[in-house]
Amino acid sequence: MAGKGRGVAAFSFNIDALGIGRGSMPESRVGPNPLFPNTDFKPVPLKAGEDEDYMLALKQEMRGTMQRLPHNIKPHYNKSEVERYTERYLKQRQIEDEEWTPDWNLFPKELMPQKKRPRVKADTKKKTVKISHKDTEEMLSKLDELAKKDDGNPEKSDDETEKKTEGKENEEEDVEEEEYDEEDIEEENDYIDNYFDNGEDFEAGSDENMDGEATY
Amino acid sequence: MTAQEVRLCGLLLREHYGEVVEKVGTHLLRSGAQNLRTIVHETGMPLDLVKKCLCVLVQHGACVFSLGRKGPGSPTEYQTSCSQILTILRYPRYIYTAKTLYGDTGELIVEELLQRGHMTMSSTVKTVADRLTQNMEDGRSMDYSEVSSSFSKLVETHFLQRCPPLPGAGTTDSTTPAAPSFSDCYKVPHVTLCGRGKRQLSSEDGEDQRNAKKAKLDSDTHGDEGIYWQVNFERFHLHFRDQAIISAVANKLDQTSSEIVRTMLRMSEVTTSPIATCTKPLSANEIFRSLPSNYNIARPILDQYLTLLVDDPMEFVGKAGESGGGMYVVNLHRALANLARATLESVVQERFGSRSARIFRLLLRKRHLEQKQVEDFAMIPAKEAKDMLYTLLSQNLAQLQEIPKTPDYAPSRTFYLYTVNQLPTARMLLQNCFKTVANLIDRRLFEAKENKRLLEKSQRIEAILASLQASGAEPEQLTEVEEMITAPEKQQLEGLRLHINKLDSAENQVDETIFLLESYINSTISVY
Repeated sequence: MAGKGRGVAAFSFNIDALGIGRGSMPESRVGPNPLFPNTDFKPVPLKAGEDEDYMLALKQEMRGTMQRLPHNIKPHYNKSEVERYTERYLKQRQIEDEEWTPDWNLFPKELMPQKKRPRVKADTKKKTVKISHKDTEEMLSKLDELAKKDDGNPEKSDDETEKKTEGKENEEEDVEEEEYDEEDIEEENDYIDNYFDNGEDFEAGSDENMDGEATY
Repeated sequence: MTAQEVRLCGLLLREHYGEVVEKVGTHLLRSGAQNLRTIVHETGMPLDLVKKCLCVLVQHGACVFSLGRKGPGSPTEYQTSCSQILTILRYPRYIYTAKTLYGDTGELIVEELLQRGHMTMSSTVKTVADRLTQNMEDGRSMDYSEVSSSFSKLVETHFLQRCPPLPGAGTTDSTTPAAPSFSDCYKVPHVTLCGRGKRQLSSEDGEDQRNAKKAKLDSDTHGDEGIYWQVNFERFHLHFRDQAIISAVANKLDQTSSEIVRTMLRMSEVTTSPIATCTKPLSANEIFRSLPSNYNIARPILDQYLTLLVDDPMEFVGKAGESGGGMYVVNLHRALANLARATLESVVQERFGSRSARIFRLLLRKRHLEQKQVEDFAMIPAKEAKDMLYTLLSQNLAQLQEIPKTPDYAPSRTFYLYTVNQLPTARMLLQNCFKTVANLIDRRLFEAKENKRLLEKSQRIEAILASLQASGAEPEQLTEVEEMITAPEKQQLEGLRLHINKLDSAENQVDETIFLLESYINSTISVY
């Protein structure tokens, strides 16, 4: 910072040697460049002709078609009532093969969808659907039955009732519900539920009681 | 993979394959080659969705998989590259070129292959025949053999090529052959395909069932199972490059010269390799014989034209010898460099004015100039010249080169020379083009999202109108339905449509500049 003090704009060397005078300096910056600066020169208009129009139509058509092909993967989301209404009125050009399967000779084997696991999940999902359509009164009566059975753990059945009345959004709760219902509906054997201790009761009970005690 | 390229690729993937594929694709672009487990872990998406996305990407050639780097037994790795995804911008141009060269049949073949990634010949022929039959009048249908012959023509001229075979599991080493270099690449398989296109009859279910039964019988092997075809983008690019050179000659000189250059390029299509600097030498006698018949120019006139082409400063055509009446070549790389230079100059002109463009051209030709020399040569007063030079400098279009007289780089004893380097400037402008297209797409999506309710309403009303018309309704009902859209809404819709068309058209045209700059940059990468 030589030259600072008396003459602020003094240079450390002889400015005349460069051939420029003090007055011909460009303006000093006062801040960052504006985000949308004024353009003195407007852009040239687009080419307009038959070829361009045809290519424009091709582009828009191709975009529309590719969005309807099975290659276009849509994220999992719940279709609400509104979606079905628009789908009913929108005429869509149906592409025949909705399910596209690639030729596995050209693809690595690990990309093949696993067929075993989704079956279990599909079963449980079907059961959630069934549950959501069931009558709530049936549910409540079943809960009463269960409450009578579970004399040993009144707190657990209270928790279950709360969870069931909350709603079926949480999948974990759904799974718990189904397991409970499964045991109700399908196991027609001599085992009484009370005797089967799958460890859930233990944890639920201990969670309730151990407010102040230390955990090891 | 620059940030702008990745952003543009993400937008293109989103528009064509959905947001899920976009997420997986951009993740792969940013992180290089990865195996399946890592992708699942890092994107946080469910396994089956990631598998589907990878299938889609591999199908369309955007992603390649290879054996793991840690040797056999390690999981396969997937890698995406920007260049394949960026060709999506050019799909309309490919389809239009196929239409001009091979008619509607060629157009539909290329369109189907672009949409599906890769397909067998028989399925392509069947689908295209069905589509053509739909658009024909009642009672006529398209024969498979016509479509097959168009397909064969496309393969012979190398616009379509076979997909490379899967690298053998564990047996081959890492040097798998590049796509066009295996032997059967352009061999049309012997396909037993006879029949005609089927019209889709939506109202008659009985016939549909019969057709469905027939389709099942036909879908047995046609002799070409496992042979998949894809579009050969490189060949299309060579064609575009030739077209650019021909139109440049037509603009600079005249129609006849461009016809001569077109003839020369056509004759050397098969003998020139894609990375050649110039075509093989052609003698003037050969050119004279191969000129199209409607161009009746005399032999001495042809010689004069060729001399003019050789003397032209753009150096499209060069003379390589004297035998056979003069041996002439088309200088491909030099032509591309000149075209890129013209693009750069026009960009500067449109952005900063014609005087800045004059300074830019001066610096391109004279390489290094001092500030005083710039003012003198460009004949622009000192103050304005300084301003313009500083603007060019701040935009990175010009660079400053310091040449010291003394080892201590003292400013009073150093020469400061302004210079313009064509190649780095072209690269910078190419990135600007990518950013431009990404901005255009963004804006178009924004406009569509803003007016989503209006667009959906208009779509619904169109659908209702179409169904009413199909079932034969009276005009009053139709007008009643049409009036469901109010007049200001119609105006808004019109304006929206205009905006979206403009943005789309702009994307197509920026892509032409992208192609030119990319070809130039690729031509400078020497392959030894």
